Amino acid sequence: MFDIYLLEAGINGILLGGVLALLALGCNLVFGVIDVVWICYAEMIMMGMYGMFYLVSVYHWPFLLAAPVAIALVGIIGVLLHLIVIAPLLNAAPINQLLATGGVLAFLQALATVLFGIDFRNLGIRMPVIEVSDMYLSYARLLAFGTALAGMIAVYLFLSRTYTGTAIRAISQDRQIMPLMGVDSRKIYLITSLIGGSLAGLAACLLVLQYDVHPFIGLTFGPITFMICVLGGLGNMIGGFVASFIFAEIISVGGLYMDLEWGYVFAFVFFIVTMFVRPRGLLARKS
Amino acid sequence: MLEVSGLIKRFGGFTAVSNVSFKVEQGEILGLIGPNGSGKSTTFNLLSGTLAPTAGTIRFMGQEIGGLPPYKIINRGIGRTFQIPRPFKRLSLFENVALAGYYGQGQPSRTQAFDAAERALDMVGLTTDRKAGIGGLGAAGLKKLELAKALATQPKLLLADESLGGLDEAEMDQAADMLRRIRAELGITIIWVEHIMGVLMRVVDRVMVLDHGEKIAEGLPAEVSADPRVVEVYLGTDASEVQAAAAERA
Repeated sequence: MFDIYLLEAGINGILLGGVLALLALGCNLVFGVIDVVWICYAEMIMMGMYGMFYLVSVYHWPFLLAAPVAIALVGIIGVLLHLIVIAPLLNAAPINQLLATGGVLAFLQALATVLFGIDFRNLGIRMPVIEVSDMYLSYARLLAFGTALAGMIAVYLFLSRTYTGTAIRAISQDRQIMPLMGVDSRKIYLITSLIGGSLAGLAACLLVLQYDVHPFIGLTFGPITFMICVLGGLGNMIGGFVASFIFAEIISVGGLYMDLEWGYVFAFVFFIVTMFVRPRGLLARKS
Repeated sequence: MLEVSGLIKRFGGFTAVSNVSFKVEQGEILGLIGPNGSGKSTTFNLLSGTLAPTAGTIRFMGQEIGGLPPYKIINRGIGRTFQIPRPFKRLSLFENVALAGYYGQGQPSRTQAFDAAERALDMVGLTTDRKAGIGGLGAAGLKKLELAKALATQPKLLLADESLGGLDEAEMDQAADMLRRIRAELGITIIWVEHIMGVLMRVVDRVMVLDHGEKIAEGLPAEVSADPRVVEVYLGTDASEVQAAAAERA
């Protein structure tokens, strides 16, 4: 039996998966290389969304001009986060690193509340809905999916084709040996932080088209991003990619038969069960 | 070329290297031997920058390098291999060596790094096939990869750490031969730390012996193996092995 609604939900799941994969990629890249989880990742996205809001809605910049600026802004936030918070704690206990980036999360929420207030803001851009043989697909989602995919391919090419990219892949495998091959690890960490932040900035540009921004918007993406990363095997970029689409499909198709909230319930149940069966993630490497 | 004087390294109350001084001349192969815990590895770590000296100076090509970070020391021209090979398992064989070639030479052009990697792989006799992984390499292959990585950084001085460990006798002779060829063909000066003394004594020009962090002897292989203090340190089979090897050489 062919069900057009199921197909629509499936396609929407893929579109959602692309954006989730972009979120997971940034987190996994940073964790894989620096070994520190950026708990405040979604709050960095929030800062990017506010950046877009002010540039586009308040200062009336064109969207395509504002986007690179917002991406650069969050990239710089990533570098500052590394220099100010992570670098002094590189050899500290993991729990201290978690607490520190968790503190940055609370700081950014509070800062946004003070600077921008608690109002819900949006760009006021209405994206059309596309009708394809009785299915309704949001243009904003299609755009987000396409851009996220392009961003991920760019990162993939960078990691596989350049020396800096090779060094980033290598340092995630053995961090002690890198300096002895002539690599300045600090530089690699900074480049990684810049890329991780820029990916958050790219996500901000895409999400600001679909969601209102407010100081606690991070809670909408943060937890799910970390669950996806853990589900795929923390630091495993391909695992995160696969897990994003599994999660998105469960949410989207699960939400079809009941309320959307049930889609999330199914996804979280799936996550919990998987953690019991494969505690190191779906694509965990044997170590 | 290398001039070490008054080198000291303490870990808390423990002195791992105690007032060691030595010189290495351009083009020679210096053997560095000593029992376990004698300070050989610490000395290597001080020379390659993994550890900073507590006191003393390390002058390389006329410039002080003691306490510089490892990546700067590599760029000055000191390469090193590791006792236990530590390749990047998820990179290809060629990527492993090219990465060392790129960063070890202070990030030259892409082609320069590729050339250095190809020459290094040729030198040690490994494939330059870009697609080859490192999964199939045995103990001897991994030692060769270590050497290729160090050579790709275009060193003037090579620190070779236990290049023979885990090899059978034929492979040991091959490895020793390779060090000789590296000096002869590439003009690279070598300091060689080794446990297996027989092979070392046949290859090196001079030997330095460490015990409890102190230099107890230095000189030609024949002199050193006749030194009563060295014999005392290497009681039993090792001592006779040393003397046999030195005699064979003479």
